[in-house]
Amino acid sequence: MSVPDINCSGTDNWNVNTLKGDLMNENGKVLVQMLNIHKSFPGVKALKGVDLTIKKGEVHGLVGENGAGKSTLIKILMGVYSNFDSGEIYIEGKKVEIKSPIQASKFGLAAVYQDVHLANNLSVGENFFLGKIPRKKWGFVDWRKINRLTSEVLGGLDLNIDPKIPVKKLSTAEQAMILIAKIIHQESKLIIFDEPTALITKEETEQIFKLIKKLKEKDVGIIYISHRLEEIFEICDLVTVLKDGEEIKTISVSETDKDSVISMMVGKSIKSAYYLKERELGETVLEVKNLTKDNEFKNISLNLRKGEALGFYGLVGSGMASIAKSIFGGMNYNSGEIFINGSKVKIKSPIDGIKNRISFLPEDRKNQGLAIRLDVSTNINLASYKNISKAGFVNLSKEKKNALKYIDALSIKTPSIKQKVINLSGGNQQKVVFAKWLCGNSKIFIFDEPTVGVDVGAKFEIYKIIEEILKSGSSVIIASSYLPEIIGVTDRTMVFYEGECMGCLLKSEYNEEKFLNLASGIKSAN
Amino acid sequence: MSLFKNKQDSASQLSGSYKKTKFSLSTVSILAIILALLFVILSLATDKFLSVNNLANLARQTSIVGIIAVGMTFVIVSAGIDLSVGSVLALGGIVASMMMRDGYSIILSIVVAIVVGMVCGMVNGVIINDMKVTPFIATLGMMTIIRALVLLITNTNYISPLPKSFIAFAAASYFYIPTLFLIWIVIVIAAFIISKYTMLGRNIFAIGCNVEAARLSGINIRRNTYAVYIIIGALSSFAGVLTAGRLATGLPMAGYGYELQVVAAVVVGGGSLFGGEGTIVGTLLGALLIATIGNGGNLLGVNPQILNITIGALIIISVYIDQLSKNRR
Repeated sequence: MSVPDINCSGTDNWNVNTLKGDLMNENGKVLVQMLNIHKSFPGVKALKGVDLTIKKGEVHGLVGENGAGKSTLIKILMGVYSNFDSGEIYIEGKKVEIKSPIQASKFGLAAVYQDVHLANNLSVGENFFLGKIPRKKWGFVDWRKINRLTSEVLGGLDLNIDPKIPVKKLSTAEQAMILIAKIIHQESKLIIFDEPTALITKEETEQIFKLIKKLKEKDVGIIYISHRLEEIFEICDLVTVLKDGEEIKTISVSETDKDSVISMMVGKSIKSAYYLKERELGETVLEVKNLTKDNEFKNISLNLRKGEALGFYGLVGSGMASIAKSIFGGMNYNSGEIFINGSKVKIKSPIDGIKNRISFLPEDRKNQGLAIRLDVSTNINLASYKNISKAGFVNLSKEKKNALKYIDALSIKTPSIKQKVINLSGGNQQKVVFAKWLCGNSKIFIFDEPTVGVDVGAKFEIYKIIEEILKSGSSVIIASSYLPEIIGVTDRTMVFYEGECMGCLLKSEYNEEKFLNLASGIKSAN
Repeated sequence: MSLFKNKQDSASQLSGSYKKTKFSLSTVSILAIILALLFVILSLATDKFLSVNNLANLARQTSIVGIIAVGMTFVIVSAGIDLSVGSVLALGGIVASMMMRDGYSIILSIVVAIVVGMVCGMVNGVIINDMKVTPFIATLGMMTIIRALVLLITNTNYISPLPKSFIAFAAASYFYIPTLFLIWIVIVIAAFIISKYTMLGRNIFAIGCNVEAARLSGINIRRNTYAVYIIIGALSSFAGVLTAGRLATGLPMAGYGYELQVVAAVVVGGGSLFGGEGTIVGTLLGALLIATIGNGGNLLGVNPQILNITIGALIIISVYIDQLSKNRR
């Protein structure tokens, strides 16, 4: 990797640079260079010497599985992780230290994330000028100027949006484009798009692509992160593949194809921290037929046998979390049928789900799984008070016994059963959620991202708990976007893409490439 | 279930690396200490404070607000609020007074008044749970509607005469302890049992702490929401009956502005308007503390507005101290 020309005139105004762009040598066109970036988190090396070079007017794709290091790399560039272990960042040939997101924006770096944050009740124009509203004499807001300038900028990007209407009336894609327009207006040199199309339709994606092409003409550098490889091949010039914190390859998209990119993402070895032992599977305990929810998922059918671990795999926007939640009754579906042990049941609420001995561990532990300001004992018993109460009165000794039993059984580290859950570590909090459902006599356990935000040691313990659940004759559905988990802890996996099941892989067919193909919407995975 | 062969010594786990228990006083013990100090200071500073008459008066004054505050504790713990309590109090008082005036039995009148209060609570519950109107707005609306109904029913006149035995009951004392205070204490004990030993108590805390987690744990949100608003409706209405007895008339403007006093008692007692926090004993002490400051201030001849400033500051400080201890965690 060539070191950039340090003497290059990095202090010049960007506009001046673009004007004389043609006169400059190769190095002059380099916008951002990250060299030999290392970053570790407690127990994990997230990045092991990654290089990334973005030139002006280049759309640079960044791909890799979950956990490959994409977002860590981006967060370092955006100043979110200013304390990376080692490495250097150059902007237009000048070595810089980016210590905060504010500093990053001063260097002309900007990012568009999948969840767009605008002030919903304010108008497009106000959002555009948020924080630096133009004023007239006496401090009155200069509405004319706001609306005129906003119209000009939006018009320049072929966007026909009235600056006076409130942002909440716009579609997700339009909101994203307002944000992009705002960033362009700030004359950013580099814009990072992090899964910009995960939550929007195909037509809207086309609009975003149009904008990106305009940016390219203006010599803005772009980093484009997406799980959807067809988008990478449509819009990007180059693609960098990351795996396990290492840069596998940077290659021009014209010199490669989807299959080779996927095999680079996968690498050679499939490593998994855990493997389920063989079990005897029993009769079918759960059958779902043509479950559909508008705009979320359609025609999902599945069956689950006694003692079986069924995986749900998918990437951002696959709809698998909604499917998992709906089977439990946590979300309503529009049509479809659910059978438990062969008889048709109505599941319209979590109360119905629990009655049918189904339990559900949500992905968002803090907001959906736990009452974190209450104590460990209450949380463990939360779903089972009906079973340990008589005439509305809780049997306190049974309550305590339950709490102690599962604290012991799951090795939950807590000073007492009266400790508030908020004071426990992430792994122990997750074990409390497991304890809640183990306590409730369920036969079917649905786990949505069971090890998210949990450290490696606790992960292993949670897999062990899942194995014990299976051994005891219960059945499990594990929805996860973490492939090693799917491969290690399931017998069979359904892969989802945009709310549809793309295929079902048996354990003998497990192969990372097949998973990624299906999850990227490519059905013909040989 | 035969989980887990890797049993570790659970005793060592429970104590193990967590020996650093900080010495900290609970809200309840802080309140109890402040209240005790206040009692000592006031009895030394004035002759009248410790007199039977004054204490009985203090107890009667506090009981009405205190009874409603018990219900408000449940509401606030469930992350709700009920601003309609003052109006429901007036309605309960009027309904019971009119029935007694017209010759119905005292017991029947009280029961009907309580049922009317429960219906008001049920309506609040339906508006909040089923129509998804935030508790503040729902009960603000109901507060206005019910007060207007009371004024319509009574044509803004007070209701009298009330039976002598009823008035005597409200003014009576047993062993120098006013009946009103005894009733309050009975209600406090019942509420304490509900909050500590019943499913309803557990559910209210869980809902107030995290309604989505509670729903996904199979807790019936609707039924529990109705329950808390029905309980406070019943208690407010019953407090209205007692007010009518104490004043010997049914007043259409009774309980005006009580909602703020009641909320203040709960908040000073450690209740959090964000839900999930609050205790019955804390509320009891909170109500007593506020009333004692008022009573003692009067005896000392402090300007009433200075007393109001003190009480206002007390509300803010108690929440601030609570926030401080939370941030330290």
